[in-house]
Amino acid sequence: MQTIWGAIYCCPSQQTFNTIMIKTNNMTILNKTNSIFNSFKSNNMIKFLSISSILFLALSLHSCSDDDTPPEQINEEEVITTLVVTLTADSGQAIELRSQDLDGEGPNEPEITVSDNLAANTMYVGSIQVLNQTVDPAEPIHEEISEESDEHQFFYTQGGNLDLNTAYLDFDSNDHPLGLAFSLTTNTAGQGTMTVTLRHEPLKPNDGTLSGAGGETDISVVFPITVE
Amino acid sequence: MHRIISVLLLAFSTVINAQDCSFKFTGSILDQHDDSPLSRAIISIEELNATTFSDERGAFSFDNICNGHYTIVVEHAQCKTKMSSIKVKDNTTKILRLEHHYEKLNEVIVSGSGDGFNQTVIKPTLSQEDIALGSNQSLGAMLSKVSGVSGLSSGNSIIKPSIHGLHSSRVTIINAGVRMEDQEWGAEHAPNLDVNQANSIEIIKNASALQYSGDAIGGFVIIKPQRIPIKDTLFGKARWTAQTNGQGGSLHAGMTKSTDFGWYGSLEGTFKGYGDFEAPDYILSNTGMRSNSVAAVIGKNQFKRGIELKYSRVENKIGILRASHLGGAQDQLLALNSEVPLIIRDFTYDIDRPKQEVVHEILSAKGYIKSRVLGKINVRYDYQNNHRLEFDIRRGSDQNKASMDLSLITQSISIDMAPVSNWFSDLKLGLGGRKLQNSSDPNTGVKRLIPDFNRYDLGAYVLAGKALSDDLALEFGARLDYSHIKAFKYYYTALWEERNYGSIYPDFVIEDLGTQTLTQPKFDYLNPSAALGLNWSLNAQSTILLNLALGARNPNPSELFSEGLHHSASRIEIGDLRFTSEISKNISAGYRFQNNKVTFSIHPFLRFIDRFILLEPTGVQQTIRGNFQVWSYRQANVSLAGMDLDARVVLNQDITLETQCALVKSYEVATGTPLINMPPVNAINTVVYQNQNLPAFELRIESDHTWRQNEYPNTNFEAFIPESQSFELVDVSTPPDAYHLMNLEIRGQLKNLGKSKTILSLRVNNCFNVRYRNYLNSLRFYADDLGRNLLLSLTTNF
Repeated sequence: MQTIWGAIYCCPSQQTFNTIMIKTNNMTILNKTNSIFNSFKSNNMIKFLSISSILFLALSLHSCSDDDTPPEQINEEEVITTLVVTLTADSGQAIELRSQDLDGEGPNEPEITVSDNLAANTMYVGSIQVLNQTVDPAEPIHEEISEESDEHQFFYTQGGNLDLNTAYLDFDSNDHPLGLAFSLTTNTAGQGTMTVTLRHEPLKPNDGTLSGAGGETDISVVFPITVE
Repeated sequence: MHRIISVLLLAFSTVINAQDCSFKFTGSILDQHDDSPLSRAIISIEELNATTFSDERGAFSFDNICNGHYTIVVEHAQCKTKMSSIKVKDNTTKILRLEHHYEKLNEVIVSGSGDGFNQTVIKPTLSQEDIALGSNQSLGAMLSKVSGVSGLSSGNSIIKPSIHGLHSSRVTIINAGVRMEDQEWGAEHAPNLDVNQANSIEIIKNASALQYSGDAIGGFVIIKPQRIPIKDTLFGKARWTAQTNGQGGSLHAGMTKSTDFGWYGSLEGTFKGYGDFEAPDYILSNTGMRSNSVAAVIGKNQFKRGIELKYSRVENKIGILRASHLGGAQDQLLALNSEVPLIIRDFTYDIDRPKQEVVHEILSAKGYIKSRVLGKINVRYDYQNNHRLEFDIRRGSDQNKASMDLSLITQSISIDMAPVSNWFSDLKLGLGGRKLQNSSDPNTGVKRLIPDFNRYDLGAYVLAGKALSDDLALEFGARLDYSHIKAFKYYYTALWEERNYGSIYPDFVIEDLGTQTLTQPKFDYLNPSAALGLNWSLNAQSTILLNLALGARNPNPSELFSEGLHHSASRIEIGDLRFTSEISKNISAGYRFQNNKVTFSIHPFLRFIDRFILLEPTGVQQTIRGNFQVWSYRQANVSLAGMDLDARVVLNQDITLETQCALVKSYEVATGTPLINMPPVNAINTVVYQNQNLPAFELRIESDHTWRQNEYPNTNFEAFIPESQSFELVDVSTPPDAYHLMNLEIRGQLKNLGKSKTILSLRVNNCFNVRYRNYLNSLRFYADDLGRNLLLSLTTNF
């Protein structure tokens, strides 16, 4: 029983079991066993049980490297960890809205930062970057979004006491809105939230609302905004 | 080890002395009931290794036999094997009588043929004809027609059996003697096998079939292959179906050749192809499927010994409803609030992402030998290779890559014996070992859903039956299983620390890699299981059954190691390393009544499962994609109780009524909270009309009513919806309304050539094109279930 235990206990590697090798082992061992039993009366039972014991033994003798090599860590190229929205005014002032969640879907919450307050009655040109910062250098996912413009669209919604107007500045190959570039115009002062949403494979054309567009939400970040 | 066995065997063998050896031993083999001759019986003289066959008159003869005592073994395909001691002195003649038609009695009487176990539970069986007429169906769909069994589904192409609400790792599927290892822990992983390869399918609704495993606390599905006779014959089958819903069909064909010498071979294959299926009002976009399978067997069966080699391969390509692939909570809310799926396209045969592609191969080598003392000894080696690919909607260069690429290789070896015993009418012992190797291909670029692991299992069992009197029979069994699992898992460091795993399992940590930590969890489980059953024949018509079963199940890899977004469920799932085995204690009773007008059976049960592993919402997580609900696994004691009822009443020579009803209730003991995904009460009533003038003609009108599941856990949650800038309730728990479906079937046997038997059937499912949603279908949030379907099928045996 010891050898059988050993047979089953070994081989933690991920190698595929080679059945052809086993049959070859069988043949040579079978020949040896047969000669051993020649002195006893030939009996089907003995042949049968010896073949089955051989099967057990063969598994134990099967060369398997006791592989304790861990599998490779998976490089998650597609994970979005970071959204950066840069709002640039005519004056040259740039405000950065950033959400960073370095463990992707892991338990750590995203860190949301807004570098500055916005000025009232100002038009800003917004530009969006989407990054995977689990790798170094960071993967520019916004480039893939741009390449697949037909299958993506950004939406900007607001809440609280904010009065903003947004408009799309870039479009996909069918002249439907994309939104990696957009304009944002502030009116009166106020405080509230602005949510930037990226939909993947939305209905295009659509009515410009989140519920009308459908698709899958790949980004949904709520930024606290103050307009003064 | 070889030496010990050979010495023991020599001790039992008899030595023949040199003597006058010119005598004839002749005789006849007759049927015990009416003395009719039995031809093609195999008569063997054990000590001489001599075998001969009986002819048409049942006569046999052996020449050149020495005087002495011999053991004669007589075997016949339809009889119980008989062993006799005879004395040869000069020319000797003997008449040997066998119990003919034994196999038909097997269902009612508890006494052994080695396969007579599990007679103390009501064991519904699907026959070859049931399977032939369901040739196009998946196993889950076919089994959901059995009382007490429901289909847990993700759309209509992915259906798995749920026995009294228990499924996945709690139901063991034995496919022609091989325990299926095909990632069955996943609720959306259907079994990968072709029902057409089955000759019969038995369902055991509790853990008592210990010859197969000790952890099937939900029950077993035992798929039995065809039995190939030892005679010179060639036979085959062909099955063709075509249907309107899905605009596709299936084709299956198989041939078997066997010879007098015992050699046999069989080859069969199936192909199925469907485009998008339809609900009553719209196309269910991207729900097409393709399936193909092949199986080949070659072997030699000589009654006293046999050998067989079998290979089978099943490949499934299944489209998942496009509209079910979502982001987080806000997408879920949009989908829930929409009456129709958010994506509906024109009908197509194309299967696009999201989809599953699974290949399952099985290679089995087995042999058996019959010995005087140890009875029938079976030895088998099985190799299974399961390769599962799941494709999601991806971006950029990863578009065509799978999001999951799992490979599971399982090897098992077992030895089973049915020794002859004076005290027990049946005795069965076995020992088996198994090795599983699970790995993910890192090329997917997606964090592994379950980690790479190796698992080693060892199990031993003993089963025995004993006839206490003519009417009372007892069955009992005991089993012990040992399991060792060793995995390599990359944890999110935040979770590893939050759970304090570092101090509970300090040895598991290999390396801290920043946001992730590499660990090597190792666990051992020792699970005993047992069963005790009683079968009491009250009279020729009634039987009472009682069965107690104790089962134990290890946590599966998903319950232990889950730790991330489960895309198809649109939620984050988290397992727990600290889980221990579930222990199930089940009491089942059964009452069966049969006379020439009425067949009736009722099967109540009560089950307590300690440390049951359940999955429930525990919070909401913020990610850059928005909110996702978090579900965590937890162990708690639960209780289940229920009842299945089947009845058949022959009203007159033309009309028969059939009815079937099942009910199960289950709760967490401490809180009284119902368990999730429990099948609602279901009743199927059928009127069957037959006509004596038309052979095998049947008209079946079936009423299938499913009540609303009123007892369910509240898994609703509030999520921040940016569009409305407010928190809204996402209702993922409320079950759908009750529904009633009418199905119709007309079937008849066609006039055919020679020995072949052909049945033509037209079936209409959901005749009135009723809109409904099934609580057990995970796609119920997004779309209605199937609309009307006309299915034409032709099945022939030749």
